[in-house]
Amino acid sequence: MNYYEIIFYVFAVLTVVSAGVVVFSRNIIYSAFALLFTFTGVAGIYVLLNADFIAITQLLIYVGGIMILLIFGVMLTTNVTNVEITTQTLKALPATIVVAIVSALLVSTMVSTKWAVKDPISVESTTINQIGELLLTKYLLPFEIASIVLLIAMMGAAFLARKN
Amino acid sequence: MGINYFLILALLLFSIGVAGVLLRRNAIIVFMCIELMLNSVNLVFVSFSSYLGNSIGQIFVFFIMTVAAAEAAVGLAIIIALFRNKETINIDEINILKW
Amino acid sequence: MLNNYIPILILMLFAIAFAIVCVFLSKFIGPKNPNPVKLSTYESGMEPVGTARQRFSVKYYMAAMLFILFDIEIVFLYPWAVAYRKFIPNTVYYALIEMSVFIAILLVGYIYMIRKGALNWD
Repeated sequence: MNYYEIIFYVFAVLTVVSAGVVVFSRNIIYSAFALLFTFTGVAGIYVLLNADFIAITQLLIYVGGIMILLIFGVMLTTNVTNVEITTQTLKALPATIVVAIVSALLVSTMVSTKWAVKDPISVESTTINQIGELLLTKYLLPFEIASIVLLIAMMGAAFLARKN
Repeated sequence: MGINYFLILALLLFSIGVAGVLLRRNAIIVFMCIELMLNSVNLVFVSFSSYLGNSIGQIFVFFIMTVAAAEAAVGLAIIIALFRNKETINIDEINILKW
Repeated sequence: MLNNYIPILILMLFAIAFAIVCVFLSKFIGPKNPNPVKLSTYESGMEPVGTARQRFSVKYYMAAMLFILFDIEIVFLYPWAVAYRKFIPNTVYYALIEMSVFIAILLVGYIYMIRKGALNWD
């Protein structure tokens, strides 16, 4: 086992275990903070996949942005006067069956498909050059539409969250 | 390392997310699990982008993250508005559309 | 490529080790003789009134939401700034106009927020 695999397993275990804590923890604050570790673990996996800019973006947007919003959401919606921040689960049996079916479907797809991939080429430089170039030429329309999506989100959230 | 390691990791993450969406009552936890599923899809995109040697998959991930952030802003605003009106965010108690 | 990340890895390990050492060192070697006065919220201050768990104002959420949306805008600026150099002699105006349109659309949202009063604190 070389050091690449060791680092992969460290981040993979971090990701999966903390994702499990997100789902199965009784305390919503524990869930929120476990999600932080899941996002960090996924960022580590991105680094292993030679996607350095996406890893930084993951840290900036998910860990630095979405997590903050989620924790604000938790603070704003828990019934703070009578301290009850634990949450219950719904019916477990149908959910387990659906999860098993979905997982089996995904596993069978993954095993039966012959993926036409080669080994990852170890790029010496960063991927940000390519991303920036594609963003300004071939993917220009999605890039501009992204700004409209952000504009609509801004207006919608401001409208929904204001006082009355 | 083959691509299967990364695909299995993404699969586990996605299954955990599905389980959370189906099991939990709290709307914010359901929301977190949706983010988990988005992350697993992003992971698949990035692994294929890396193993195929082009960066188009990474651009997709970039846009998915944008949409996820917009979704987080609006979705949590909806949850907060819901909490203000109904004093609960348990998804089985919010059933005014039920007939 | 991954060798560039070794300093980050070392920094991470140091951060984790430092946090663990700090927490456990004070737990193990600190003297412990608690008394009721020492355990009160403010040892030489006023008695706190009421509960500390009050509902947060939604104004904080507005600030966090604006932060994340403009965070995304900044993230889009990075690849643009790096790729800008390749456009420089011939097509630099395209790159400039493209980003100007992007920022102008988001500026509309910012003006909307100001006019709507979403940034007023009271």
